[in-house]
Amino acid sequence: MKQGPGRTAPRQTGYMEYFLQQLINGVTLGAIYGLIAIGYTMVYGIIGMINFAHGDIFMIGAFIGLITFLILGLAGITWVPLALLIVLVVAMLLTSVYGWTVERLAYRPLRGSHRLAPLISAIGMSIFLQNYVQLLQGARVRPMPPVVQGGVTLMETDGFAVQLSYVQIMIVVTTVALMTIFALIIARTSLGRAQRACEQDRTMAALLGINVDRTISLTFVTGAGLAAVAGILFLVYYGVIDFYIGFLAGIKAFTAAVLGGIGSLPGAMLGGLLIGLIETFWSAYFTIEYKDVAAFSILVLVLIFRPTGLLGRPEVEKV
Amino acid sequence: MAVEADKPGWAANVDLPALLKEAGLAALVMFGLAISIIGIRTVTITGGLGLEYRWDWVAFSVAVVFAGRFLLALRRETRSPAKRAEREVVMDRIGASVQKAAKVAGPLFIVIAIALPWMPFSNRYIVDIATLVLMYIMLGWGLNIVVGLAGLLDLGYVAFYAVGAYSYALIAVHFDLSFWICLPLAGLFAATFGVILGFPVLRLRGDYLAIVTLGFGEIIRVVLLNWYEFTRGPDGISGIPRPSFFGLPFSRRVQEGEQSFHTFFGLDFSSMHRIMFLYYLILVLALITNFFTLRIRKLPVGRAWEALREDEIACRSLGINPTNTKLTAFAIGAMFGGFAGSFFATRQGFISPESFTFVESAVILAIVVLGGMGSQIGVVIAAVLLIGGTELFRELEQFRMLAFGGAMVLIMVWRPRGLLSHRDPTLRLNDTPKGGTS
Repeated sequence: MKQGPGRTAPRQTGYMEYFLQQLINGVTLGAIYGLIAIGYTMVYGIIGMINFAHGDIFMIGAFIGLITFLILGLAGITWVPLALLIVLVVAMLLTSVYGWTVERLAYRPLRGSHRLAPLISAIGMSIFLQNYVQLLQGARVRPMPPVVQGGVTLMETDGFAVQLSYVQIMIVVTTVALMTIFALIIARTSLGRAQRACEQDRTMAALLGINVDRTISLTFVTGAGLAAVAGILFLVYYGVIDFYIGFLAGIKAFTAAVLGGIGSLPGAMLGGLLIGLIETFWSAYFTIEYKDVAAFSILVLVLIFRPTGLLGRPEVEKV
Repeated sequence: MAVEADKPGWAANVDLPALLKEAGLAALVMFGLAISIIGIRTVTITGGLGLEYRWDWVAFSVAVVFAGRFLLALRRETRSPAKRAEREVVMDRIGASVQKAAKVAGPLFIVIAIALPWMPFSNRYIVDIATLVLMYIMLGWGLNIVVGLAGLLDLGYVAFYAVGAYSYALIAVHFDLSFWICLPLAGLFAATFGVILGFPVLRLRGDYLAIVTLGFGEIIRVVLLNWYEFTRGPDGISGIPRPSFFGLPFSRRVQEGEQSFHTFFGLDFSSMHRIMFLYYLILVLALITNFFTLRIRKLPVGRAWEALREDEIACRSLGINPTNTKLTAFAIGAMFGGFAGSFFATRQGFISPESFTFVESAVILAIVVLGGMGSQIGVVIAAVLLIGGTELFRELEQFRMLAFGGAMVLIMVWRPRGLLSHRDPTLRLNDTPKGGTS
């Protein structure tokens, strides 16, 4: 992914400032990854499959967000907080429909099938969604004029200023707010209880009167909603999207979920944050060309040395 | 969605309002899907982005979904559930009979394949497509060892294809070795890569392995793209030597004191010679892959692969070392990928990282999956349909990947083990009398 503002070569004098700037950029990027990672981790927790199409749901969320922004622009709603709120709500709703449909068509019929079938189906779905958007929205990059401009300068030493832009503040605030709401839903509501029950034991949950299919559908719906928010934040932050953004972002978010411990919600947030930071620092201090290699290498290393991730529970395979 | 199978007749027990409601709900969902991405298109206009509305497309897709859902539901209500189970059996039987027919049809296919360039209707274009199809058949067979036999989902198969192609290209360009020396070397390099990559990751469980192999595929592509001094990055490697017929080049002009293919055999020069040679080359390579797979299935290691696919824990308790067994499958699959890669390099004469994206892996995987994992003839049928079919409909190129993705989902939903999957027991005890003992 592209770099946030303030990327210049490190200099002797502004070393600390440079570090701070990268920290801010990394946290912003990590917030976006964290939001996507939640979708992976929830689905994995509940039905034990990798929802490979989740990155493309994120991409669709970004496109719906872009379309809604443009419509609001035509309708004359230009007060930024209101426009953002409308865009978030509309995109979350419409993207959830995609999440629900994907689960209903491609995954639900495969429940109880052998382990690789849902994954292959998910890969097919991912290819389908990418080409669907490419055909309908065009293959070219879609730019969007910046919605939120400006920022505050935190520190300044001879020529190098540490900038905290309003977009970055908005991204972090939105993410924290959503994650809080989400954590409350999981901890306090009946839906959250049903979800946790299904995660522990689907058969037992069904015996106790939980509609398992419905719970799984709702998991996909909420995951898609969060991915849509991530898509919009990505759109606002970088200003350009295309039909292919879901692939890399999806893999990195999956890496984040694995790093944090797949199946664990705090793990997904932590993992997202770490991946964002690692990627930003890698491209700031080493080479920008190999930053994708960094994310993949972490994935491989984590899976080899600590497959349960940082906060995950070990999974025992029973005969 | 009540299925009342006990009532006789079909029209009597169809609950029309319920069906309409179901279709209506599906149409409503479709409307939700369509309103944004289908209905409104962002277009680039001067000074930013504009919007273009396509409400007719939305109406059309909603209507199609309504009608489709209604018909599907009607079909479901009017067909007894017993029939649906029967369908599975029928498909299994088709798979089995295709497998059986393959014993007879296999040699026939080979004869047809050998005779193809000499057919009256064949021309350069047809032989070219056939070469391409055979290349994918070979890749499919190579991947089939990993996915179909050993049950390891490898999403980065293209990495080995790339390693084969690049090692052939680099060796041939820098050391000026002939194709016949480079080919085994490329296979060897690819197999070594398979071992190096496989060793740390093969302890992982199925779906994790898939993602890690995907990661490796991407790492190799990124490295090829950025290591400019070695691979010439996005510019690719051009001027890769063409293969020669045991030292006789296929060129029109011949250097003094040397012979080329047409002078040696006293033929007139024709550019078809090389194309036909490439065709037969890949045919032989593919047949070697097939023969190898069929034979190794009967060896202990092949049996161990299939056993491992079915139940890893049982294998472990029977003393099979899962990591080593998987590693052999990975390395052998990689080797054939490397062979195919070096063929690709010599055929194109130019390679760049563009040719080795994830999509390529997905296409090869689709061939294996659609054909039925583990079925050799299924790979042939799937490759002919997917590669040959899409070559014939060139103008529909843009819909190709859409159809690929859609087909993968549909086949998985319909038959999770692949279209023509059928498993012959490797060992048959005395046939029990029909109906079994009760």
